[in-house]
Amino acid sequence: MSLELLTILDKDGKAQKGKDPNLPAAELQKLYRLMVTTRALDDRGLALQRQGRIGFYLQSTGQEASHIGAAYALKDSDWLFPAYRQPGILLLRQVPISKIICEWFGNSGDTSKGRQMPVHYSFRQANFVSISSPIGTQLTHAAGAGMAARIRGDDTVFMTFCGDGGTSSNDFHSGLNFAAVYKAPVVFVVENNGWAISVPSSRQTNSESMAIKADAYGMPGVRVDGNDILAVYRVCKEAVDRARRGDGPTLVETVTYRMASHSSSDEAVRYRDAKEFDAWKQKDPIARFQRYLEHKKLWTKAFEQECAEGAKAAIQAAVTTAEAMPNLGPETLFDDVYMNLTPQLKEQRKELHDLMLKGGVGAEIGHFPL
Amino acid sequence: MTATDTKAGSGKTGTKVMTLLEAITDAMRFEMERDDRVIVFGEDVGKKGGVFGTTAGLFEKFGEKRCFDTPLSECGIIGTAIGMAVYGLRPVAEIQFLDFIYPAFDQIVSEAAKMRYRSGGEYTCPMVIRSPYGGGIRGGHYHSQSSEAYFCHTPGLKVVIPSTPADAKGLLIASIRDEDPVMFLEPKRIYRHGKGEVPLGEHVVPIGKARIAREGTDVTVLCYGAMVSVCEQAADEAAKAGRSIEIVDLRTLVPLDEATVLESVRKTGRVVIAYEAPKTCGYGAELSALIAEKCIEYLEGPVVRVAGFDTPFPYALEHLYMPDAKRVLAGIEKTFAW
Repeated sequence: MSLELLTILDKDGKAQKGKDPNLPAAELQKLYRLMVTTRALDDRGLALQRQGRIGFYLQSTGQEASHIGAAYALKDSDWLFPAYRQPGILLLRQVPISKIICEWFGNSGDTSKGRQMPVHYSFRQANFVSISSPIGTQLTHAAGAGMAARIRGDDTVFMTFCGDGGTSSNDFHSGLNFAAVYKAPVVFVVENNGWAISVPSSRQTNSESMAIKADAYGMPGVRVDGNDILAVYRVCKEAVDRARRGDGPTLVETVTYRMASHSSSDEAVRYRDAKEFDAWKQKDPIARFQRYLEHKKLWTKAFEQECAEGAKAAIQAAVTTAEAMPNLGPETLFDDVYMNLTPQLKEQRKELHDLMLKGGVGAEIGHFPL
Repeated sequence: MTATDTKAGSGKTGTKVMTLLEAITDAMRFEMERDDRVIVFGEDVGKKGGVFGTTAGLFEKFGEKRCFDTPLSECGIIGTAIGMAVYGLRPVAEIQFLDFIYPAFDQIVSEAAKMRYRSGGEYTCPMVIRSPYGGGIRGGHYHSQSSEAYFCHTPGLKVVIPSTPADAKGLLIASIRDEDPVMFLEPKRIYRHGKGEVPLGEHVVPIGKARIAREGTDVTVLCYGAMVSVCEQAADEAAKAGRSIEIVDLRTLVPLDEATVLESVRKTGRVVIAYEAPKTCGYGAELSALIAEKCIEYLEGPVVRVAGFDTPFPYALEHLYMPDAKRVLAGIEKTFAW
C-alpha cells in the first residue's frame, strides 16, 4: 500500500494537473464560506469562554479543510459519528448557528438539553449523532450502524472521526475490525493533528503512519494532506463511493495540525515548539484554498469581506438569540434517563422540587480544571 | 429508518414445559418472528447455537443476517450493538459469560446508558445485553461472577434477572421491546434445572414488577436469579420450625419494585437478603439502605445479608462461597436472635 501523502493544492494554491475534482464555482465558494464561518464560530466560542459567558470550548482551527472536505463527500442522508473537532459539518448540513450556540450555553434552546459540556453536539436533523468525550467509542458505533444498514439493505454511508490519540483506543481496533469483517459501509477519518492534548502523535504509535494500520484490518488506507480541502474531498469521495457500492470500509488519515490549544483550559505554548506552529501556519487550509480560488478568479476582496462580515453578523445574531433563551427547568434534570421516569426518579425529582420550594438549594460549582 | 415491520404473534396458546434455557431461546425466536429489527449476535451464537445453547436453531431459522457470530471482542460486540440500536435495529447481544463483559464496560456505562440522556432524547439505545452470570457450575473466577451491582449503579440501564422459565421468556420479551438498554442476566446454574410451564406465543412479564414467590408472615427473604430456589429450600426448612417465610423474587433490580418489597417488609418486620455477589456494596446493601430509610419503624430485628464472601470467586472451595439453604436459614434465625 502507498504511504504517499496525497495532495492536490500546492502551497500557492495551484492544483496539480489531472487531480482537480473541478467542482462547480458556486460549490467552491460555498466551501470557502463554510471554512471561514467555521473559524469565525471558533473564534467567537473561545472569546465567549474567555469572557466567562460559557464554561468551556474546543477549537477546530486549522482542521477546517479536513472535516468539511470529508463530510462534503457524503449525501445528506448519510450519517456522522463525529468526534469533537468537526463543527463545520453542522454548518455544511445547515444546522442553524443559534442552535449550535445554544449548546454552548446549555440552555432551553439546546437540542441536547444542557446535558453535556459545550461542543458535544447532537443534531438528529443533520444525522449527526451525539458526541462523547472518550476518544474512540464512536468508531464501533459507526461500524455497528453500517452493519445495520447492510442488514436492512439501506444504502446509507457512515462517516466517523477520531484523532491521532483515538487510534490508540481499543475501540479503534474493534471498530475497524468489525467494519472490515462485515464489509460495513463506513469511512473512518483519522484527523492526525499532531497532538493529543500535550502528547505528540509520535507517542501514539510506532507505525509509519495511521493510514498503514488499515492494512492489518484488510481495508484500504489513504494518507491525505488534511489542509487541502480538494484532496480530502477527493479521497473521501472515493471512500464513500466504495462504501456505497458495498465494497466495505476505508481508513483515511488526514494529516493536519491543531492550530489552537487542546481546549480553552489548555495552553499549548507550554509544551509545543513555536517553530512547529509557525511552519504549520504557513499551510493554513483556508489561506491555501483562498489562493486556489483566486487563481480561478472566484475570490476577490469583496467576496472575502462578504464572507467574513456575513459570518460575523450571522454569529452575532445567533449569540444574541441563544443567550436570550431561558435556562433549563430544574425538572429536566430527570428526563431522558429512560423513556419514562422510574418510580425512583419521580421520587427524587419531588425531593428536589420540595427542597427548592424552601429555597437555597443548589451547590456552588467550580470551574473545569483541565 | 422505516417503521417497525412487526407481524402478529404466532397465535399459539397453551403452555409447554421448558427449561429456563429453552424459554430464553423461545423468547428470542418469538421476537425475531414478530419484529425483523431484532438481531441476535455474539461469540459462537450462530451455527453452534451458543456455548450453553441459548441461541440454538436461530441461525438455521433466520439466517446469518439476523443471527451471527462476531470477532472475539466484547467492546466490539457492545459498541456495534449501540450503533445498530441508534440506527433503528433491536440488537440482542450475547456476552458469553458476564465475567468477560469488562472490556465492554465503557461502552455500556458511558455510551449505551447515556445515549438518550446526553442527546436530549434525540438518539436512543433500545438493546438487550444477555449474559449468563453466577456460580455453581465449577467455572472458577472467570465463569462465575455476579457483577450485577456495577450495572445497577449506572443510570440509564435496566437490570433484569429471571428465576423461572416462564419469567425468563416473559421478561426477555419485555426487555427486547423496551425502549432503553437492558442488562438481561441469566442464572446459568439453573439453565437446565427446574423445568416449568411456559406460555406458548405472546408472553410478556413487565419490567419493574417483583413476584411473591411464596407468601409468609414472619420473615421476608429478598432474592433473585438462582438464589430464589435456594431460598425456597431454606423456607421449607424454616417451616419445619414453625417459621412462615415470604419470598420476594425481585425479577428486576433496576427499576426496583419498591412497593412490593416495602409492603412485604412492613408485613413481616424481618428481612433477609440473599445474593451470590460479594457482600460489600452488593445489591443487598442497596435494599438494606432502602428498608432503613423507608420502613425502619417496622423492623423487629436487623436486616441480614446472606451473600458471597468478599473474596474473588474461588474454584475448589466454590461450595463454601455460594450461599446455600443452610446459610439462608442461619440468616433467617439471626433476624430473631438479636
